[in-house]
Amino acid sequence: MKNSPVKTIVAIGIGAALFFVLGRFVAIPSPVPNTNISTQYGLLAFMAALFGPIAGALIGLIGHALIDFSYGWGIWWSWVIASACFGCLMGLISKKLKLADGEFGSKGFIGFNVCQIICHVLAWGVVAPVLDILIYAEPANKVFVQGLVGGASNIVTTAIIGSILCAAYAGSRPKSGSLSKDN
Amino acid sequence: MKGIFNYIDRPSPIHELTGAAKLVCLLLWSFAAMSTYDTRMLIVLPVLSFMLFAVSKIRLRDVSFILTFTVVIMVLNNLLIFLFSPQHGVQIYGTKHVLFTITGRYVVTQEQLLYHLNLVLKYLSTIPIVLLFVCTTNPSEFAASLNRIGVPYSIAYAVALALRYIPDIQMQYHEISQAQQARGIEMSRKESLIKRLRAAAAILVPLILSSMDRIEVISNAMELRGFGKHKKRTWYMGRPFRAGDFAAVGLGILLLAAALVLNHLNGGRFWNPFV
Amino acid sequence: MSQDKERELLLEFSHFGFKYKAQAEPTLHDISLKMYKGEKILIAGPSGCGKSTLASCINGLIPFSYRGEMTGSCKIKGKETSQMSLFEISRTVGTVLQDSDAQFIGLTVAEDIAFAPENDCLGEPDLHQLVKRTADLVGIGTHLSNAPGALSGGQKQRVSLAGVMVGDVDLLLFDEPLANLDPATGKVAVELIDEIREKTGAGVVIIEHRLEDVLHRKVDRIILMNEGRITADMTPDELLCSMLLKENGIREPLYLTALKYAGVRVTPEKCPGGIRTLSLTEEDREKVRSWFRNESGTEAAQEGRVMLEAEDISFAYGNGRQALDKVSVRIREGEMLAIVGTNGAGKSTFSKVVCGFETPGSGTIRFGGSAGWMGLSIKERADHIGYVMQSPNQMISQIMIRDEVALGLRKRGFDEEEINRRVEKVLRICGLWPFRSWPISALSFGQKKRVTIAAILALEPEMIILDEPTAGQDYRHYTEIMEFLKDLRDNGYTVVMITHDMHLMLEYADRCIVFHDGKVIADRSSAGVLTDPELVARANLKETSLYDLAKMCGIGDAEAFAKHFISYERTQVRR
Repeated sequence: MKNSPVKTIVAIGIGAALFFVLGRFVAIPSPVPNTNISTQYGLLAFMAALFGPIAGALIGLIGHALIDFSYGWGIWWSWVIASACFGCLMGLISKKLKLADGEFGSKGFIGFNVCQIICHVLAWGVVAPVLDILIYAEPANKVFVQGLVGGASNIVTTAIIGSILCAAYAGSRPKSGSLSKDN
Repeated sequence: MKGIFNYIDRPSPIHELTGAAKLVCLLLWSFAAMSTYDTRMLIVLPVLSFMLFAVSKIRLRDVSFILTFTVVIMVLNNLLIFLFSPQHGVQIYGTKHVLFTITGRYVVTQEQLLYHLNLVLKYLSTIPIVLLFVCTTNPSEFAASLNRIGVPYSIAYAVALALRYIPDIQMQYHEISQAQQARGIEMSRKESLIKRLRAAAAILVPLILSSMDRIEVISNAMELRGFGKHKKRTWYMGRPFRAGDFAAVGLGILLLAAALVLNHLNGGRFWNPFV
Repeated sequence: MSQDKERELLLEFSHFGFKYKAQAEPTLHDISLKMYKGEKILIAGPSGCGKSTLASCINGLIPFSYRGEMTGSCKIKGKETSQMSLFEISRTVGTVLQDSDAQFIGLTVAEDIAFAPENDCLGEPDLHQLVKRTADLVGIGTHLSNAPGALSGGQKQRVSLAGVMVGDVDLLLFDEPLANLDPATGKVAVELIDEIREKTGAGVVIIEHRLEDVLHRKVDRIILMNEGRITADMTPDELLCSMLLKENGIREPLYLTALKYAGVRVTPEKCPGGIRTLSLTEEDREKVRSWFRNESGTEAAQEGRVMLEAEDISFAYGNGRQALDKVSVRIREGEMLAIVGTNGAGKSTFSKVVCGFETPGSGTIRFGGSAGWMGLSIKERADHIGYVMQSPNQMISQIMIRDEVALGLRKRGFDEEEINRRVEKVLRICGLWPFRSWPISALSFGQKKRVTIAAILALEPEMIILDEPTAGQDYRHYTEIMEFLKDLRDNGYTVVMITHDMHLMLEYADRCIVFHDGKVIADRSSAGVLTDPELVARANLKETSLYDLAKMCGIGDAEAFAKHFISYERTQVRR
């Protein structure tokens, strides 16, 4: 399926709105007190796999920037850019998933998860900490540990929520093939 | 629903400025604050932003909730840095003036304290000015402003769409989650983490799949009304630049220039009083 | 048809057909249709008849957004649409989509109206003037800076209309304009469309299956569609005298059905196209009166045990709006009850308070006589009262039917054996047993609705609350869903429906509770509510045309007349 440019724009807008709502209001209490688990990366992985790298990058960028703006934290550029990178990479390497055609079997499941793990490791293990060091001159060991903890938690949420979303979406697409009633 | 971005409509010179000018000023300001670790500059920026707050007639009370929240994050981040790297300041400034020792490698130095002071000042240099921007800029102006500073209009419109549909999606999320709770889906601490995530998915699946249908309808509606017809478009909320707008942009340029000059004079991003 | 030559031909289909790329069979066959400037036509037909596809051909979404094969010709103002661009077509055709929330893309009213001229690069000060002028034309000029969240459904529709009229189009296309509006607002919308047509001289195409409501104002022609073909193209007066509506799955106006039951011969000379134009002879009126007199078999309402008793419930939202003000309601076991009122009148809030989604500021609710209800959690209440949301898409989270139905049971920790037993039971009740191993995506909308109801029934509640159970459904699906709900009631469930649909109230609700401004302003039979002009006006409803017919025939007790009609239909016509 090829999306029209306008449809991609709308997908970016709605995707960013969803990213925002999930990030700000769908907080799952984590085992560590006072921290929440970000559910929005499951969404971002799914949207990127569906709409491609540009949409993925912009959903991450706009959604994350809007969250930061609404909290008033300035623009935490390093993490915003890491979100955008995750969306972009995910869109690039999950091209082969044919979600729109209703395909998401065990092969798709494994492919999707391998992709998301690689992308999360790159985004949170490399991009975010390097930017933190460059922009904010924070100590390296601190930002790498922070990035890895965040990345690990995002990998878990994406594995569960992203996979369920992909399966549900693929399942909701019309498929050819006949169904018969059981009596 | 209008509370998410906290736009406070009060007549003031800051409100009068166009969104584009404020956005440019904000960006230059935040680049300036990001690039330098010169303590003197980092003192000027917060002082300046509190003065602007006074001009804008936004009271601290209006943003107190967000401010407390940020202070907590700021304290946590500082503690974490000290925990991970108590000698980070020593590394940066190249000298070591010990004040006292807590235990083992946790030795408190003047350098480390200056580094932490810089971090706190950095927060104070960016957060109030972002809050000021958010409180004094009508969200409707935001997309037009992005387009004006060079972002392609289709992407600027994507931002407008996000702002438009956030309240709708928020409300829909709320309704779906109530109906699913009635069926027994819970995200509370009582359940294991994996179960909580699966429960979240049971709420998010209907929310996101119905949003996918909506994408189709909205893009049809936009195409039928001529979106993407020309290489440019105008904006109902766009306004021409006036003297104040040029002044705001000028202030931003001045700050960034000052930061860059200081970095040059200091021979790096840090102003080092220890040598 | 002699004047045809003078009028400008807006739209011309000849032997037109269309097949979607993904489908094996064409959706439209051999469509031939002409429309002139200034004409107003109604396109009606059951779901899946191809009327929405035809609309997409008129506004250019076909072939520009949806791919497929076209045959024959489709011309707008003499030009083949396939030779034009979508933008060129949109200069002539303005489309008001069914979903006014999706069409409302601006952050405020003014920005939304400005959307099309912005895309045309219209600059200042023309842009602001144009927006203001267009907003005034549709009567929304005083709300220019409002966000969509602060508008009612009717106001949003006005904005949608302004948003397409701003381009000075020649043809306005309305896709199911009444679907999301309450009856009174729907009536106003129909009047507004007519007014705009008179002011601008534009042609109007309305796609709608709610025939009676559209006929509130005169339409020139009705195009009836079924299975992708045009099955009728005639004036309303002609069409309403034929049997074509029934044959094509469209509900005919109630007054007409009543006349037919009474044995009145309806002919085009009697102008049956609208209740206002209808002229009956004295003989006809006598026939109606004697039909009414003949039958007086009103069933005595059965008084069941009081199941739910809400007393003096008040509730205010965080923004201070008093959504419920000392509301007291009793619901009896085995009742089928309608809760009606405009958006914001408090009917949804009331059901949320009952289900525990919101906590009332004051008042108590007893269930089955026990005051312990207020202490129960949302989940515990759901074991007794099930809540079904308007759209099944808002509830379904699983891929397979069985998993969806079992979800609530699994969360409650029942063992597999019990789960299987209950799932089988509700799937049989809901007529879904033959489909039990199907994915939900393979079901129709009506079947999906049943899946969500089944998932709620699996928890074995005594009562279910349904939000707009038939929204957007055509007559056949409406009847299917409602007969199913009636069966549930006959199986002992208590059924509460929150609705705008007057037919639903009249035909299926034993009793009707009317909300207005957070208060209950009436609690009586639906026939009584819909024949009380004062109540109808306060609650934003619309009198049933049976009321007008009764008046026309000199029958004083319109309520009894409406009740008689319903019981006649139940006992004599169906089954």
